[in-house]
Amino acid sequence: MKYSYFPGCSLKGLGRSYEESLLPVMKQLGVEIAELEDWNCCGATAYMSVDEAKAGVLAARNLAIAEKSGPHDLLTPCSACYLVLNKTKHNLEDFPDIRDTVHNALRRGHLTYSGNTKVRHPLDVLVHDVGLEAIKQKVVRPLKGLKVAPYYGCQVVRPYSTFDDAWNPTTMDRLLAALGAEVVHYPLKTKCCGGSLTGTVPEAGLRLTYILLKEAVRRGADVIATICPLCQFNLDAYHDQIDRRWGPARIPTVYFTQLMGLAFGLPARQLGLQRNFIPMKALGTERATV
Amino acid sequence: MNANGKNGELRIGFYICHCGHNIAGVVDCPAVAEYVAKLPGVAVSRDYKYMCSDPGQELIQQDIREHKLNRVVVASCSPLLHEATFRKAVAAGGLNPFFFQMVNIREHDSWVHTDRAAATTKAKALAHAAVRRVRFHKALETTRVPIHPDVLVVGGGISGIHAAITIANAGKKVFLVERDPSIGGHMAKFDKTFPTLDCAACILTPKMSAVRSHENITLWTYSEVVKVEGYVGNYTVTVKRKPRYVNEDLCVGCQECIKACVYKEGKFPDEFNVGLSKRKPVYIPFPQAVPQVVVIDPHYCLQLKTGKCKKTCLEACADRQAIDFTQKEELVEIKVGNIILATGFKLFDAKRIPQYGYGLYPNVVTSIELERLVTSSGPTSGEIVLRDGKPPKSVGFILCVGSRDMKTNRWCSRTCCMHSMKLAQLVREHTDADVTVFYLDIRAPGKGCEEFYDKSLRDGIQFVRGRVAEVTDWALAPEEEGKLVIRVEDTLAGFVRRIPVDMIVLAVGMEPHADAQDVRRLFNLSCGSEGWFLEKHPKLAPVSTFTDGVFIAGCCQGPKDIPDSIAQAGAAAAEAMALIDKGYIEQEPNTAYILEQDCSGCKSCLPLCPFTAITFDEAKQKASINAALCKGCGTCVAACPSGSIHQNLFEDEEIFSEIDGVLSYA
Amino acid sequence: MEVRRTIKYEADRVRGFSKEIMSVSGCDQLQSCIQCGTCSGTCPLSIYMDFSPRQVMALVRADFKNEVLASKTVWLCASCYACTVECPRKIRITDIMYALKQRAIKDGIYPRHFPIPILAKEFSEMVRRKGRITETLLVMRLFLKANWRAVLGSWRLGLGLIRTGRFVVRQEHIERQAELTAMLAAANQGNGKPKEAA
Repeated sequence: MKYSYFPGCSLKGLGRSYEESLLPVMKQLGVEIAELEDWNCCGATAYMSVDEAKAGVLAARNLAIAEKSGPHDLLTPCSACYLVLNKTKHNLEDFPDIRDTVHNALRRGHLTYSGNTKVRHPLDVLVHDVGLEAIKQKVVRPLKGLKVAPYYGCQVVRPYSTFDDAWNPTTMDRLLAALGAEVVHYPLKTKCCGGSLTGTVPEAGLRLTYILLKEAVRRGADVIATICPLCQFNLDAYHDQIDRRWGPARIPTVYFTQLMGLAFGLPARQLGLQRNFIPMKALGTERATV
Repeated sequence: MNANGKNGELRIGFYICHCGHNIAGVVDCPAVAEYVAKLPGVAVSRDYKYMCSDPGQELIQQDIREHKLNRVVVASCSPLLHEATFRKAVAAGGLNPFFFQMVNIREHDSWVHTDRAAATTKAKALAHAAVRRVRFHKALETTRVPIHPDVLVVGGGISGIHAAITIANAGKKVFLVERDPSIGGHMAKFDKTFPTLDCAACILTPKMSAVRSHENITLWTYSEVVKVEGYVGNYTVTVKRKPRYVNEDLCVGCQECIKACVYKEGKFPDEFNVGLSKRKPVYIPFPQAVPQVVVIDPHYCLQLKTGKCKKTCLEACADRQAIDFTQKEELVEIKVGNIILATGFKLFDAKRIPQYGYGLYPNVVTSIELERLVTSSGPTSGEIVLRDGKPPKSVGFILCVGSRDMKTNRWCSRTCCMHSMKLAQLVREHTDADVTVFYLDIRAPGKGCEEFYDKSLRDGIQFVRGRVAEVTDWALAPEEEGKLVIRVEDTLAGFVRRIPVDMIVLAVGMEPHADAQDVRRLFNLSCGSEGWFLEKHPKLAPVSTFTDGVFIAGCCQGPKDIPDSIAQAGAAAAEAMALIDKGYIEQEPNTAYILEQDCSGCKSCLPLCPFTAITFDEAKQKASINAALCKGCGTCVAACPSGSIHQNLFEDEEIFSEIDGVLSYA
Repeated sequence: MEVRRTIKYEADRVRGFSKEIMSVSGCDQLQSCIQCGTCSGTCPLSIYMDFSPRQVMALVRADFKNEVLASKTVWLCASCYACTVECPRKIRITDIMYALKQRAIKDGIYPRHFPIPILAKEFSEMVRRKGRITETLLVMRLFLKANWRAVLGSWRLGLGLIRTGRFVVRQEHIERQAELTAMLAAANQGNGKPKEAA
């Protein structure tokens, strides 16, 4: 199994432990990954707020490069990138005026795009392409006794819920269960973490983060597993401010790939776990406290 | 009557109508009449102000007699409007009515063009075409199809019951077929009905008894229609009678067998109580069931599943010996003239909207579940309680669940505003709970309904206008702990609210039955785009269908309340009675027919007929068309590779001459 | 006691604004809005907005351009798409919010020193010049432009990022910048211009 890989700006910066844990896990499972050559920023929510046509071009450039160099399945871990690339793909299919503008612009860069690139999320690839059976076989240290709250966030499940349900997704739940963890019933699994508002309008953005943390602690989770670098950052890095405003709700937040790596027996440092603000306690020891 | 006059001479009478200003305002009628007068075969050519009026019709009759006309052409409005009028006039004048041709120069000409010269030219061309066509018309007779006086009513809810009683009272024999073990439908499950708060059972059960005791009604419950053959007035219907394993004639409904069943307690979901209670494999659907006969469910009965049971039920019924485990499914054939479909609706599955937590949170219930709780003969004897048995202190009603929603069902289910307010009033009556209704619009048309809305307000029920976004069980404030929280924008007040409640009632919408498509195919009907059975005309013919002799009534045609269902049932009964009373129907002779000598036996036509009017005689290797079923759609006529199928009123020479007439107009 | 008079006259409407917004691809469903309030009810940020998402939809449809673009609502939208997924009329509310953001930036109508439009513009500028963004550098630019005092308040966060090795200052960039610049320059049509309504 071979995939092109679109890391996005965040996985080279604040979210580097996502990449650090994703790559070795994929390697263990025999999945070959080739980073997309000269990929550019997808534009995320910011560029779409400024110029719709240019935002489309930004995303389409990546789709075109992936189509040219192959493989056509583009592994995209970052939620914002996943959404933007998928949205652009749909826009190009559904709206002729956007298609014309973008194709015209691509031509200036000597690129073409015929719609063959498929934007895939690691959860989708792991559970549906690799399969839970293959993953179970690689587990040497089952996460027994670890209570995990699966947190999906927004942009992978909405609005293009291509591989899972938009209101109650279960791919990560099933994956965590296959790793031996105890999956906590977490009804806020698709509620917004606040996105970039945690930095710009903290009293609004951070409150959303706080609600997520508080409820995870209340439901007895030891750790929150996330799939988005911005969600991980919000849930992990702002505990001081949250403590001050509304009270403590301390619980570590890790990438689901880091949990996979631990279950596969890979060393914690290799998975970037030391980059977390709130460290995850060693398996089997005390829980997070409120 | 000779097709042509003496010496085969054609004598055509042409009339162009002014239609007041409608036609004459654009088309120069006298000029057209003048032009037509010069055409070969035209004996009389007139223009007149209102051809459809009595004097206009008189004119035609007079001319037929005086001028010995053998063809008549009228250029006026749409045939849909007055073809029948003019054909009658022609017949009254002594000429076969099918020697008549109508030309539409109103809807097809004067009403759609403004250029007078061009419109007049067009009228002349169309008239020319009609004059050439009418030459080839033949004398035709309408056929009379006799109507069998018996009627089949499918569905034993309030609509079916009312239709059956109405027809039976008129002295006709009715077969009422119901798929459940008892009649009564959804209405039997209700406690009170809006807007009068009449007890549903009190007004329904007398009608159910009337069905049971009526000498003209044959009631077959636990039965389904499996095959329908024939045509209006002559249907042969096969009904499958499912085995109850109880002899209906012997059982008196004493229910000793139920008491004696080896299952000491109910273990299986009780359908009548929508799963809120459990029943045994041997059961009676509800206390007022009609017929009052026990049913044994083969899915759960030990004897029927494994053959190993003490059969205490048999012992309990030793004196009457009504239980019979050897009973088999029976297929019965009946002959009826008309069929009324009153198969009702099903409720939207609230699990399809996970945001409301149905199936996840135990105290989220549907409206029908609350109906059962509120009913004194229900699973909680009329106590409105939460799953833990305690009464709720606060109840929220969420409206439009699965209605007015492009993601589930687009339509408004029409009754939910009223029945939610009814249930809200009953909750206030039975408990002290705070009640809030979350709505988009309050739809309360109908007599007494606005007053009902006012009563709801006066009963202290809170109304919040806003479509509920979600129901959650996590708390953000102390008063929300342990409760279900509704998050909604109170659009009228202008802010978002979080409202904790103990119990949530979902006003689930109405949907067509899951097998509506299968049923409609059985009866040769169509369904509309929303899945309800399709009526002939939404305004003028709500209970007829495009299949003559099959009528629809009640919610199977679309969501409606009880008064409207009964009105439609009465309407369908009246339409059926009109056919039965007349005793026959006249079929328009625009049917297709096969010239047997030309038929090559290729069978291409058979699968094409949407009305299954074509049959094949294997012995002769020839196809033939049943004129009573044929609707004259023309599909087989066009498709026949050997050209052996022709259509009355649309013969090749008629059509070609009409085309020639338009093209060769100079 | 201070009182404020609020009444809207026809002159306050900007005719053609709703048509312009609805002509953005995918936004024409706004015509079917029944003002049910599901969007506001499900939006996690609606409680912080001056006009709720539902109110914004009503204002857009009624051509009240200035009121909509001057409000904080479009900037508080986190693009979580909950509204879009729940709307019973399938209106792409989030995309309408984006269309409004674009027009606000183009017309220069937004609350002053509001960090979000500044972030959007800085982000886009960095992508235009380098092809990728470096988060830490972007945030520093944002603080400088919007609220440099906040830098002081975030010292703990900054230290934490350095300690965990997430404070990357090496500027990310692509190789074929000229190609990207040419492509972006070619995409100058269609934005902000009202298209013919279907």
